[in-house]
Order: sequence, then structure tokens, then C-alpha cells
Amino acid sequence: MAEKQDELFNRWLSPTVEFVDEKAEEAYKARVTRIRDAIQLKKTPDRVPVFPLVGFFPAYYAGMTPYDMMYDYEKLKVAFRKYVLDMEPDAHGGAIGPGPGKFFAILDYKLYAWPGHGVPPHCSYQCIEGEYMKADEYDALIQDPTYYFLTAFFPRIFGKLEPLKKLTPFTNALEIYGAFTPLTFVPFGMPDVQAAFKALIEAGNETLKWIGHVVEWEREIIAAGFPDFFGGGCKAPFDVIGDTLRGTRGVMLDMYKQPDKLHQAMETFTLLMIKMGASGAKANGNPIVFIPLHKGADGFISNKQFEEFYWPTLKKVIMGLIDEGCVPFLYAEGSYNSRLEIIKNDLPKGKTLWGFDQTDMVKAKEVIGDVACICGNVPTALLAVGTPKQVEDYVKKLIETCGEGGGFIVMNGAVIDEAKPENVKAMIEAAKNTEYN
Amino acid sequence: MGEENSKEFIQTLADLKEQEALQMVKKRLEAGDDPLKILEDIRAAMEIVGNRFANNEYFISDLMYAGEILKEITEIIKPKLAEKKEAKRLGKVIIGTVAGDIHDIGKNIVVFMLEVNGFEVYDLGVDVSPEKFVEKTKETGANIVGLSGFLTLAFDSMKKTVEAIEKAGLRDKVKIMIGGGQVTEEVREYVGADAYGRNAMDAVALAKKWIGAA
Repeated sequence: MAEKQDELFNRWLSPTVEFVDEKAEEAYKARVTRIRDAIQLKKTPDRVPVFPLVGFFPAYYAGMTPYDMMYDYEKLKVAFRKYVLDMEPDAHGGAIGPGPGKFFAILDYKLYAWPGHGVPPHCSYQCIEGEYMKADEYDALIQDPTYYFLTAFFPRIFGKLEPLKKLTPFTNALEIYGAFTPLTFVPFGMPDVQAAFKALIEAGNETLKWIGHVVEWEREIIAAGFPDFFGGGCKAPFDVIGDTLRGTRGVMLDMYKQPDKLHQAMETFTLLMIKMGASGAKANGNPIVFIPLHKGADGFISNKQFEEFYWPTLKKVIMGLIDEGCVPFLYAEGSYNSRLEIIKNDLPKGKTLWGFDQTDMVKAKEVIGDVACICGNVPTALLAVGTPKQVEDYVKKLIETCGEGGGFIVMNGAVIDEAKPENVKAMIEAAKNTEYN
Repeated sequence: MGEENSKEFIQTLADLKEQEALQMVKKRLEAGDDPLKILEDIRAAMEIVGNRFANNEYFISDLMYAGEILKEITEIIKPKLAEKKEAKRLGKVIIGTVAGDIHDIGKNIVVFMLEVNGFEVYDLGVDVSPEKFVEKTKETGANIVGLSGFLTLAFDSMKKTVEAIEKAGLRDKVKIMIGGGQVTEEVREYVGADAYGRNAMDAVALAKKWIGAA
């Protein structure tokens, strides 16, 4: 298990990219080593690593809008390049976050409003909550999640894919007998289904074009010495159901009204999430798997519900990823004060990374600091409206509180969109200039 | 039906025992109980729910479940209500998620808590322009405005909304509170609001204080 993690860290240390010069290579390796040491809790890094988790910040910083970054991939690269090269953080999060605007437009994506489509060009994208999966559809989801996604979820979230609900299960295609294999293919002959497939081809072309730019930028910035923090990503099974399938209200009611179905659905997604996270980490040669945590935060559900519904399958995802050599990076939005005692006993030492938003960091360090590297908590509000001095003081205090033993990375508590550039810079500089106690 | 029944119903509903509460409502209606009296009991039960939420005994999940049970009960009672009698309200509050932001879970909880605490709430929804806030303030004569926002970009929209209220000459007639995931005292200052709240109970406390009912 330990070897598997080291193997992935070693691949992260030695990317298949030609560095621009020796200095860049040295800097790259120092940055990855710094982050690795903070995570593994075996030795204190040379200094506190810093990784601002940015959303649309690079757009604002480069004088563009989020719309520009989503629709003009050259601008996307310009903005992210400027941000990383100017600010020199220890890692970046790739240029993948904004996503391709045209792709969403081609398929008539209904799950989100995005810049220029439901929200103004200068705003970031936002989820449109809804019951995209109905209360009585658990069995269909559990029995065949892919078929359910293809014929029920996709037709609801992509306007252009509505005809896909006519598809028959591919698992029917068993032998030559006409009612088996040929019947499975009848829907492919229908004009409206074919129109949906044409939209899929167009969408595929667009995403391929977009990812080409993203990868090109990625290789360029790695060559300049800046590692990508993320290897892969997935979600907590409870959030899979609660965020975009049943919605917040739906998942909350299901805990009371149909707890068994909810449990089964979360079990179904447990293995899928491990596969999703691990495959990304292996493909990218980087062990860190990003898992943003949403509906398990303080206030959303009781501790009892957290222990019964949220934690068991998330724990399985965490353990499954660790078995694959990955480092699950739990980014706990909101606050997690009441959950710390619950999670601490289940965490093997040096195998996970916990990002906190408004959690009491003194308590976090106290409760899980000896088994896991922690990070986060620099308030996005402070970065948006505070002064560089306030940011610097805040970061210094955090390092004082959480730096002991080296298991700490300076990071913001929630994704940064609009913020004063001098404040983001101050956050990075404060990390670089503050020594461990 | 006597006081005993009423008390038991309030307790059952406050404990979120869905099926039992629904049965009780049906039985009470069959026995000829005044639907308005049942409504009053529901209100009392929801106040208990609100208090439990304030004391960290209940959570968002419980509030949503309470809302669901409430909806089911209302559906049973509605046909029996001859006329809607408006209960006396403490004061008017205008609330909405500011321009450019469409998050509403937190805002909806604040609306729920203000309503069960006796306020008349005008919920303007999400992505609400400064002009809409001004318009509704004028129209209703409300003297409390609540601005909600989850994103950092909401800070500027909040600021613009406060400025618009000021421009319309209403600033000294209303108290403005803000709230949302990332809101802090620094943000309150930046926005120019009178106060900020960390949760729905803060909002209720502020509203009560401002109308002098606290």
C-alpha cells in the first residue's frame, strides 16, 4: 500500500515533460516534494507549501470575464498562465475548471447556469438545484446506473439528448435472434435519436478541441516548474445523490422516507467513485484525488445522520482509493467541527489530506493533526474585501496554529473567484516567508 | 376535541412523526375540529421546530422534513378552510438572493424561520436586481431587507443593492441584513449593511431586535 502511494508520488515527481531549464526542473521537484512531505507526515517540509484553489480568479486577474475563459480557449491559457507565472504558487489546479462553454450550449445543458447563459458573463457558473432523479427511480438507478444515466438523467439535464430515453438496454444484445441483438439497435435508426447522436458528435468535437488546449497549457506550465495539484477527482456517494440527482431536499427527505433505497444507491456509487478517482490519478501520475464535500457539513444533517448516511460509504471510497495508492483530498466546504471526532479514528496516518473552510483550525489540528495533513481556512471573503496585511496576519496565525510537524498546506477555504490580486499574492508570500514554529 | 388532543398533536408534529401527525389531522377534521385551530397548532409545532433548530437539536435535514410534512398537512386542510384568515404579523421583511447569484437553500431556511416567528416575508427569489429590491421596499413599506449571497461576487451585488436603496432615499427607513456562506464582518462593512447573520436564527434575532420585539 505504501509502495503504491510512493510509486504515484514518484510519477508526480518525474513528469513526462521536458523542462525549460534546470532551474525549472529543480523548482518543480522541490514543490512536489514539499507537498508530499506535508501529506505523508514523515518529515517536515523545507517550508510550508501554498496552493490557492482558484476558480475564475485568473480571468478577473487578467482583465477578462469567466465567459471569455469558457468560450475562447486561447484566452483561457493566457489567463491561467499569467496567474501562475506572476504569483508562483507551489501548485496550480490545472486550467480545466472553467470548462468549455460551447459544449454546454451544444447539448443544451440544464443542470447549471453559466456565464452568458443564465448568469451574466462576469459571473461564475452555478448549479440549478432540482430533482433530476425522481423519488421513485431508485430501483432503476441501482439496477443499472449507466442505463439510468443514459435514458433518464441525460435526457433531463441535456435538452438535446432527450431522445436518448428511447434507447434499449445494451445488455439485451446477447445473440443473433432478432428480438435480442437487432431490436437493441432499432432506436439508432430513429431520426430524433440520430439527431441526439449528431449533437453528441458535435459536443465530442468541441470537448476534444478544448481538452487539447488544456493539456497544452498543462504541459507548458509543468515545463516551467509548476506542478498540477490534482491527479483525479470523485465525490462522496451521499453528495452524488444529494447534489445533482435527487437534490438537497430530495436526499434529505429520502433519509426519512426511504432510507434503505438511499443506502443501496450510495453502495452502488461507492465502487464507481473509487474507480473514477483512481483512474484519474493513475492516468495523470499524481496520487491526489479531489473529493469536494458538501451535504455532510455541520448544520446540514445531525451527527447521527452523518454516521449513518454520510460517512460509511465515503469512508469506503477513501479506503478504496488509499488501497490504490491514492491520496484522497477531502475538501470540506462549510464547517466540520462536529464531524472531526467521528472521522479521526478511521483515518490511517499520512494517507489523506483534509481541506477545511470554516472549521475551527485549532480543533482540527488537535483532533486529526497527528493522522492527516490539513489545509484551507483562508477566508475567500478576506481575500475579496480585506487588505494584504490582514491576509498576511491570517496566514501567519494559521501556520502558527497548524504548522507543527509539517502536516499543513496554506490554502483558501472555498474556491476563489473574485479577489483582490494583492491579497492572493499576500497569501502566497506569507506562506513562503513564514517559518515553522 | 379537547386541549389534550391539541397538545399531543403539536408534540407529534414537532417530533416529525409524519404518519402519526397526518392521521391526527384527518381524525380531528372528521371529528369536526376547527381547521383554523389546527393551523394554529401547526404554527406552535413549527415554533418548537424552529427552537430546536436554533439549539442545534434539529438540522437542515429536519427543517426540510418538517416543511414536507407541513405541505402534506396543508393539502389535507386546505379544502376545509372556508376563508383564509390572515394571522397577525410582527413586521414585513423583504428577502432575496442578490444579482448574479442563484443559490437559495440558505435563503429559504431564513424565510421559513422568519415566517414561523411571525414575520410577513416577501421572498423575491434568486438573482434579484437592486431595482427589484427598491421597488418591493417602496411597494410594501417593509422596513427590513435581507440580502443573501453564497458567492464572493455577491458582495458587489449586495453593495450595489445597498447603494440603490440609498439612492432611492430609503436607506434611513430600512435596516439591511446580509447573510450567506462566506459572509463576515469585513463583508458587512464593505457592503454597507447594518448587520450580518451566520444562520437563520441570527436573522430572526436581528429582525426582532429591529422591530423592537426582542
